Amino acid sequence: MKTISLNILSRTEKLSNVRDFVSDAAKEFGFDDETVSKISLAVDEACTNIIKHAYEYAANKQLEIKVITNKEQFEVVIVHQGKLLDPKLLKAPDMKDYLIHPRRGGLGIHLMRLLMDKVEYKITQDQKCEVHLLKNLSATGS
Amino acid sequence: MSNFKVGIRENQNIHIVDLKGYLDAHTAPELEVVFQSLLEKKNYNIVVNCSDLNYISSAGLGVFMAYIEDVRKNRGDIKLSNMSPKVYNVFDLLGFPLLYDITSDEADAIKKFCDKK
Repeated sequence: MKTISLNILSRTEKLSNVRDFVSDAAKEFGFDDETVSKISLAVDEACTNIIKHAYEYAANKQLEIKVITNKEQFEVVIVHQGKLLDPKLLKAPDMKDYLIHPRRGGLGIHLMRLLMDKVEYKITQDQKCEVHLLKNLSATGS
Repeated sequence: MSNFKVGIRENQNIHIVDLKGYLDAHTAPELEVVFQSLLEKKNYNIVVNCSDLNYISSAGLGVFMAYIEDVRKNRGDIKLSNMSPKVYNVFDLLGFPLLYDITSDEADAIKKFCDKK
């Protein structure tokens, strides 16, 4: 198992650094370009949600982005100490209704679930919040 | 420095919004300002040319989602053109080709507005 990590301040201007960091790691792991793009977008969405909802745009909080890999799995864990995300926000929107009544918001979490093989929210023993995004190597191209 | 640029052109009373670079939660407010300004001036026929758009996240999609109903209520539309496969894949994943008129070429989108007149 190998772990690399990036620490950023809770600012949207840092999203491009996160995407570069995760894309480089996913390429090195062996994913094709399409899967690299999917993982990068999912991690962007997760960090955006944390900056927006957990930290409510406070600009000097910390996010740690860890990439943990073994032979078959690529996992991104985003650690923060902001508010727990509202379960309502974690619910995927009804897309049929969404397309009839377009509105802003709610798409990020839906996208994360579509792009990754598994998305989980956890709280550590020392009360830190974690978002886990998992992609299996065998799922490349899916 | 922002890694996103937005420009506006006008062609036959249709406003063309050119997007360049990376449209995410950091840069979406720049596009928001442009849409607000277009709607304030009652410009409802809009083509968004995505030929130089490298990336879009849900924050960028949210701008289109926020204005599409208003624009259509005023008998206009937001049509999107010239998307790279990478950007189109994000729209497609969410089923947005059902919601938005997406054309391969800007001229096709303009023609659709002209044919409607």
